[in-house]
Amino acid sequence: MEEYAIELQGVTKSFGSVLANDHVNLTLKKGEILAILGENGSGKTTLMNMLSGIYFPDEGTIRINGKEVVIRSPRDAFELGIGMVHQHFKLINVFTAAENIILGLEGKNILSRRDMEKEVAEKIRQIAEKYGFDIDPYQKVYNMSVSQKQTVEIIKIIYRGADIFILDEPTAVLTPQETKKLFAVLRNMQEAGKSIIIITHKLNEVLEISDRVAILRKGKSIREIRTSGAVAEFLTEMMFEGKTFLDINRSEPEDRGVRISMEGVSVRAADGVLKLDNVSFKVSAGEILGVAGISGSGQKELVEAIAGLQKAETGKIVYYPPEGEAKLLSSMAPSEISKTGVKLAFVPEDRLGMGLVGSMDLTDNMMLRSYNEGKGFFADRRAPRELAEDVVKKLEVVTPGVNTPVRRLSGGNVQKVLVGREIASSPTVLMVAYPARGLDVSSAYTIYNLLNEQKEAGAAVICVGEDLDVLLELCDRIMVLSGGKLTGIVDARSASKEDIGMLMIGEGMKQ
Amino acid sequence: MELIITFIQKAIGQGIAILFGATGEIATEKSGNLNLGIPGIMYMGGISGLMGSFFYELGHQNPSPGVGALIAVVCTLVASALGGLIYSVLTITLRANQNVVGLALTTFGTGFGNFFGGSISKLAGGVGQISVMTTASAFQKKLPGLSELPVIGPVFFSYGFLTYLSIVLSVLMFLFLNRTRMGLNLRAVGEDPATADAAGINVSAYKYAATISGAAIAGLGGLYFVMEYLGGTWTNNGFGDRGWLAIALVILALWNPLSAVWGSIVFGGLYIIYIYIPGLNRAAQELYKMLPYLVTIIVLVITSKRNKEEKQPPASLGSSYFREER
Amino acid sequence: MRMIKRGSISRSKALCIRLAAAVLSLLVCAIVIVAITKQNPLEVYAGIVDGAVGTGRRLWVTIRETIFLLIVAVGLTPAFKMRFWNIGAEGQILMGGAVSAAVMIYLGKSLPNALVILLIFVSSALIGMLWGLIPAYFKARYNTNETLFTLMLNYVAMQIVTFCIVYWENPPGSNTVGVINAANRGGWIPPLFGTYGMCVLLVAAVTVFIAIYMNRSKHGYEIAVVGESQNTARYAGINVKKVIIRTMMLSGAICGFAGALIVSGSSHTISTGTAGGRGFTAIIVAWMSKFNPAIMVIVSLFLAFMQQGAIQIASQFGLNENASDIITGIILFFLIGCEFFVNYRLEVTIKNSPKH
Repeated sequence: MEEYAIELQGVTKSFGSVLANDHVNLTLKKGEILAILGENGSGKTTLMNMLSGIYFPDEGTIRINGKEVVIRSPRDAFELGIGMVHQHFKLINVFTAAENIILGLEGKNILSRRDMEKEVAEKIRQIAEKYGFDIDPYQKVYNMSVSQKQTVEIIKIIYRGADIFILDEPTAVLTPQETKKLFAVLRNMQEAGKSIIIITHKLNEVLEISDRVAILRKGKSIREIRTSGAVAEFLTEMMFEGKTFLDINRSEPEDRGVRISMEGVSVRAADGVLKLDNVSFKVSAGEILGVAGISGSGQKELVEAIAGLQKAETGKIVYYPPEGEAKLLSSMAPSEISKTGVKLAFVPEDRLGMGLVGSMDLTDNMMLRSYNEGKGFFADRRAPRELAEDVVKKLEVVTPGVNTPVRRLSGGNVQKVLVGREIASSPTVLMVAYPARGLDVSSAYTIYNLLNEQKEAGAAVICVGEDLDVLLELCDRIMVLSGGKLTGIVDARSASKEDIGMLMIGEGMKQ
Repeated sequence: MELIITFIQKAIGQGIAILFGATGEIATEKSGNLNLGIPGIMYMGGISGLMGSFFYELGHQNPSPGVGALIAVVCTLVASALGGLIYSVLTITLRANQNVVGLALTTFGTGFGNFFGGSISKLAGGVGQISVMTTASAFQKKLPGLSELPVIGPVFFSYGFLTYLSIVLSVLMFLFLNRTRMGLNLRAVGEDPATADAAGINVSAYKYAATISGAAIAGLGGLYFVMEYLGGTWTNNGFGDRGWLAIALVILALWNPLSAVWGSIVFGGLYIIYIYIPGLNRAAQELYKMLPYLVTIIVLVITSKRNKEEKQPPASLGSSYFREER
Repeated sequence: MRMIKRGSISRSKALCIRLAAAVLSLLVCAIVIVAITKQNPLEVYAGIVDGAVGTGRRLWVTIRETIFLLIVAVGLTPAFKMRFWNIGAEGQILMGGAVSAAVMIYLGKSLPNALVILLIFVSSALIGMLWGLIPAYFKARYNTNETLFTLMLNYVAMQIVTFCIVYWENPPGSNTVGVINAANRGGWIPPLFGTYGMCVLLVAAVTVFIAIYMNRSKHGYEIAVVGESQNTARYAGINVKKVIIRTMMLSGAICGFAGALIVSGSSHTISTGTAGGRGFTAIIVAWMSKFNPAIMVIVSLFLAFMQQGAIQIASQFGLNENASDIITGIILFFLIGCEFFVNYRLEVTIKNSPKH
């Protein structure tokens, strides 16, 4: 009989009316690396948060090392030897690495500088040496890069003597080199007898690192299989339940002239880091231009610079309307851009934090970008109300009514409302960031079709995406960013995933 | 020379009550709670200590100063901790808005102080002005010998024990926050409670403990004012706006208890500088009393402008934390 | 026991919870009063009612206190809806009051009354506007913490008023200004239907204006968006800095105007107690009413009623009038605390492990 580190049985968790986990079963064997695979919103993170004590299950049993346990708090989880690296790092910015690592631990009450050095820093260095980490215990977190922060997180767990590790999408923020290093570390840990769960949605990584795969879909556990016997297609099929995933109608682009040109644009973040470095490209009416890159490579800054939300430090962003004079967008604030009659629609990544106001109803959200139209002191609510009703009908938004706060809607419906509003103005430029993230397959298709409609209607569409398969099927051209630099623009009909992958890590096709 | 010595003495005398309040508020704010109820809590602390010793002296033929002082300190700690408890229950457990609760607590506490301060003699059967000379003498007792020294004596050793306690508490608070595990955990709670929670720290317990003990420390400021400064009497609203100055001092000190020590003396000095500037009429004197607030505003603007990581308020200050929020 | 956030709650249920809290608070107040006065609680409550509405004069005083609290709460509403923690109403009221007193003193004897009153209104609103503009500017420019900034400004205003009092002292040495223009009533808001009828009308007008401004105007929409998320506001093309400054100027102007009403409509003098903590209490009123002006009227009335009643009790039993602050505090604790039960429900889990 094999020994299990974790056994979950019938674990259920709901948030209000949303069922995040529905009687999920899961096992983790001792000393194995288990990959949990599933779409965004399939309940992977919620499930893991119940193991790490962040959430408490409504139903079900959890066994750790064969014993049934109740995990009420993160402290309970530690005591059971479970440690989790969250997707959003849980580190205190103004603390040093060492301070973060010993946070919440028992031990000698007084911490003199010497104790800190002898007991804490020394032990951290030992761990780093053993597993191959690179760390300065006295560096402040706010001075660290993303991968350094992740290192601190992992060492934090090892330091606590955990033997079950949960990593929530650890590679999403890493470069391929950093990923390689991380995987080497994970293998070292496995050799040392640790059991590891890794959440990811990148198939190649699953194949590379894991011993077994567990698949979650819509909050339910589907199956657990040995990785060695699994091929990528099989996994995809299970995840999406046999639906042919990639079949997007793509029409031939019709060149109707350039709409946006960016020339040598650089954008610097508030903390002084150069996020976009001397980027130049053009996008034409009637095409979809994809934007690919490892997350945080400057995609956000690129679209926000065009929308006027980020200031270009150098360079020019020019808009060419179908008729009339070109306009210099890079010198305008968002309010000026809309005032000068540039029909620029933008579906940002952060839907409820930027694109919509969660506490407002559909009607009020419809007027977010147009409330200032028309003269007078009072805001017109009749037209937005009609628009809201229209969007609900056309895009099949599931909502009790147009007076419901959008926060109450599910992710897919929120996105429909947002996209519906943005395309309602018949834009000449449409920018979307991660348009299908967290959406179920059918909602995702609705969105893809809308983008194609806009393209055919003559809009210049810029689509920032993370799933290369989708970008290759949806777009006409794909531009790739790496570390804020433009590393290449490829034809989506002829390029391969590998080509783009190389560009994403900043190699090959140097211009 | 004489004038400078008196000025320093008076500045310290003004500053100590504020220092107690600021030290308590720093502990509270480090846990992420902005307790605007501190002014009220200081009123509660002051009147409770006074009442405790008043009834003790009333009931005994030959009250002992030491016992009176002990009773006063205990009453103060209990009453002000109670104020902190009200705040904690409402903001931590019931998740009410911190500013709203704090302001309500200040209304309540100030009323509490003034009500009992004004009615206590009547409630006790009409004994006239409340005065606890015996107990106050214990609070005002100077260090024998040392206080006789020239210059050094009056500047450093001419105060009662609460003055030294306030400085000791500030130093201890500094050491606690920066040199102990619990202090580290507490700061983590104030910076990012979700992270602290994930690290296995009991966020609510820390918040409760910091807020209640912070309130108790602040309450001692009220006691200091009543006993050492006023000599064991009460005048309604006599404590004035010192509670708000304590909150201002936290900003001036950039959440560092050691800076609060010298900051409190600066504040005390600014508060009374009008007396030492020759040629001011009464009206102009009032304008000089603005100085502590103006200095605080300037510090506030400068720190927000510089935007340096370590010199910012605790990141979660003012917001409540609930784990299962999604 | 676990706390679970409610998805939604029916209006009547929410009302029940709040009423229960109010009743509970009255009960606790009664216990406190009885403990101190050792009187029959029924008599105590009769005393409260008598103190609040017992005579025509007392009724008017209660109305006066209600509308003064109300107008400040209404004035704070735009700022708070924007999540701008304007703790500075106290100072804005004081500055408005000081300027009103100045106009009364210097012009009240020479100009026609209507003109004096108009000048009072305009100048008090302007000074309040300035007092709101200063922290708003620094908030917009450097993101300076507005809670602490406005708090400090209260005491700057307090010292300015103290300065004015010494300067205008009448009679000399009294440390008060005394009733201004007692002889010709220059700058006094004239009575209408009763002592404070005109003030009631003015406050009602401001309240209605703000209700419309917040719910129907473009400005109100902008304020709501900025309050929810500055990111969204920038995305929507809203000039966040402009909205912050404009809104705080409006908020400050109304609070300054409230100071004018207090000085020129009621006290006819200026003192450090002119604001009397209303700037703080009004924050709680506005917050508890969820910025709904209609509810603000009810909450203000309830608090004013209890305050006036408590003052009456205090004098009846020879205690001091600060008893009303204790009563107000207790009531506020209950009303603030009950919001939790509106937003969350408690679930008692009997077993120690999750259910199967």
